[in-house]
Amino acid sequence: MSESLANPLLPAPYRVLRNQRNTHDVFTLDVEPVKKGNSPLFSPGQFNMLYIFGKGDAAISISGDPTKEQPLRHTIRRAGVVTQALEQVKPGGVLGIRGPFGVPWPVKEAEGQDVLLVAGGIGLAPLRPAMYTLLANRDKYGRIALFYGARTPEDLLYLSDLEQWRGRFDLQVCVSVDTAKRNWMGDVGVVTKLIAKASFDPSNTVALVCGPEIMMRFSVQELKKNEIKSGNIFLSMERNMKCAVGFCGHCQYGPHFICKDGPVFRYDQVQSLLGKREV
Amino acid sequence: MELLEKILVQHPFLKDLEQKYVQLMVGCASNVRFDSGTFIYREGDEANYFYILRAGKVALEIHDGGRETITIETLGEGDVLGWAWLVPPYRRHADAQALELTRAIALDGKCLRDKCRDDHNLGYELMMRIVPLITHQLQATQLQLMDVYGVKK
Amino acid sequence: MISKNESFSDALSAEKKVVFVAKKDLPALFDSLWTNGFRILGPTLGEGAIVYEELNGVGDLPIGWTDEQEGATYRLKKRDDEALFGYNVGPHTWKKFLFPPKHRLWSAEASTNGLEITEEKQVIQKFAFIGVRACELKAILIQDKVFLGGEHVDPVYHARREDALLIAVNCTQAGKTCFCVSMDAGPRAESGFDLCLTEVLKEGEHYFIVEIGSAQGAEIMANVPHSNETREAEKAIQTITAKTAKQMGRVMDTENIQSLLQDNFDHPRWDDVASRCLTCANCTMACPTCFCSTVEDVTDITGDHAERWRQWDSCFTLDFTYMNHGHARTSAQSRYRQWMTHKLSAWFDQFGTSGCVGCGRCITWCPVAIDITEEVSAIRENQTAAKPTSS
Repeated sequence: MSESLANPLLPAPYRVLRNQRNTHDVFTLDVEPVKKGNSPLFSPGQFNMLYIFGKGDAAISISGDPTKEQPLRHTIRRAGVVTQALEQVKPGGVLGIRGPFGVPWPVKEAEGQDVLLVAGGIGLAPLRPAMYTLLANRDKYGRIALFYGARTPEDLLYLSDLEQWRGRFDLQVCVSVDTAKRNWMGDVGVVTKLIAKASFDPSNTVALVCGPEIMMRFSVQELKKNEIKSGNIFLSMERNMKCAVGFCGHCQYGPHFICKDGPVFRYDQVQSLLGKREV
Repeated sequence: MELLEKILVQHPFLKDLEQKYVQLMVGCASNVRFDSGTFIYREGDEANYFYILRAGKVALEIHDGGRETITIETLGEGDVLGWAWLVPPYRRHADAQALELTRAIALDGKCLRDKCRDDHNLGYELMMRIVPLITHQLQATQLQLMDVYGVKK
Repeated sequence: MISKNESFSDALSAEKKVVFVAKKDLPALFDSLWTNGFRILGPTLGEGAIVYEELNGVGDLPIGWTDEQEGATYRLKKRDDEALFGYNVGPHTWKKFLFPPKHRLWSAEASTNGLEITEEKQVIQKFAFIGVRACELKAILIQDKVFLGGEHVDPVYHARREDALLIAVNCTQAGKTCFCVSMDAGPRAESGFDLCLTEVLKEGEHYFIVEIGSAQGAEIMANVPHSNETREAEKAIQTITAKTAKQMGRVMDTENIQSLLQDNFDHPRWDDVASRCLTCANCTMACPTCFCSTVEDVTDITGDHAERWRQWDSCFTLDFTYMNHGHARTSAQSRYRQWMTHKLSAWFDQFGTSGCVGCGRCITWCPVAIDITEEVSAIRENQTAAKPTSS
């Protein structure tokens, strides 16, 4: 029996090709397997466990373009010991990677419908592969809109993507920051405010939401106010993760394991837990 | 006047308002435009008007001595700018600056205030329309204050 | 050999046969296990309790010993007979063998041109567990679901479980913290064993009724002197285990328990239990189904060699829910609620079964005698969730 059982706890070595800075505390690593062969296929919304020698693992969403042959891409915010060490990795350095893990965004299932992407902060990273997939199959979807909230204009990710997306006539891109200096000519205010201004058919719209939990809660309220059905709203949840395959118990959220039942959940799966404290 | 009425009745702010009150509002309304960079009002100004924005973008700004001016919110098409006209001491608490050419309908709050005093039903109707705007803004401000996207220090 | 999609219990449900083995012939069972390459693990006296360790012979069993248990209380006591299995479950569980408390998962070497990661080889001498109680057998089958039943298989657990031989023992007495009857987990071992012993001490006779639960069990028994006289065996087992069932020290009403706990997330009882709970994690360490773990990454002094170690963890620790922006469960209320709600409610959603087998260890080994059965009753009696009434 053992022959077919890959060890999900064993990282494979990946070489860093590029370490690019996005903002003062966010950077993007491009990696490829040290052993010859392509990076494993992934679906938008899935994540990998990145191991840096001697320090430990961090769960990082995959943020590259799944429709193109390109290195595996991870956009990471410096937050803890592991991400601090990852930030220092130079091209040529080697990481250990396990994955991809988790339930992806329902991009395929959303075909034929309007799609709203609501991103807060680093939450744009796991949504970017979804956007790439939507755009690569543009004719299969109705209206597409991205609502992206960040702390300040300096914290905005993927400026060249945003610029390119803004330039398209078949895509609505709304960006808002919490606070800005006078030189920012864009919107200021919470991202949820933008939702009401978009045009979509509420009865035939799928919303993909990723950001801090509180921002997702308020986004859901706004989406519901705009009559989008609970079953069509999807959230990407976060909890402490160690094993990523449902063995270690850390990421439990009510009856769910975020790692294997999520990270993407339909809103009505987590609705009863979302407002509760210390779940 | 007819055009003003048409624009006003379509705006969510006046949704389901009795015809006689709409007429009254139209009587207090005028079309205005602000070029990019114009201050619509400044902190401390008497709050005599509020604005239903039709196009453009307005920044609400707060400045603090030598520190850089901070934009706390931007408003655009469909938004209602200003509610200080309804609450004593009727003074502006931020600067409002047009970031681009902005068209709006200005409503004479001072005139409406007096009318509300005489007709509490009108006062109620206006309160029921202004309070949700304030609440919404308060909730948004709470979220902004939480700095939800920041890393915990 | 058991494939991934086949549960271990299925593989063991071969023809069932019953034989008798005299106490004097029990060493032959040990010999047969050794001959078949097994390492025998079972109950023995140690650390002031009856614990599970490697056995070097029948003499290592806790012959003539029993225990007295209550909330926060465990005492060894001499029996007035020479029973081999005349005790209730102790502080150890079989998970310490199948899922070792601390083990290396892999090693890594840093080199100038990269990183070599080497999987830990799982070289295990086959385990034969002797003295597995019905509740523990059920606990093992529950952990099988956790580690083997999903999309991924845990290599550490799998290597140990794959060839493990389970020799169950039916309980001839129940302890004051036992409630396996409530959890439908005992006192009789119904299935999932290779062999199941029922110890009989009667009118100067001392023998074992042995139920054979698998082909491998039968193979082991082939070298053990036994009588094939099976008449009355079934009745004897039933009589003994029925008597045990009547001695249960605790009862838990499990009706609608899944929704009961889900619906009482904000029950004041959580505050009450938190005022007693020390969040010491004893209950999770003693629990035969608790499976949570964490990992630790270590390096040697040269900095070129790193290892990842996995060890048991507990949802009662603060760090269990650490995220960069804070901890999800900071209060004792939330951590006790997580443990109990997971065990008795969320487990059904996750694994289609309760996570509790009624062994009573969490009651006995809680330093302040928190009693899970009592906590359930308290919540049940005074539910906070509004229920439609017809008054």
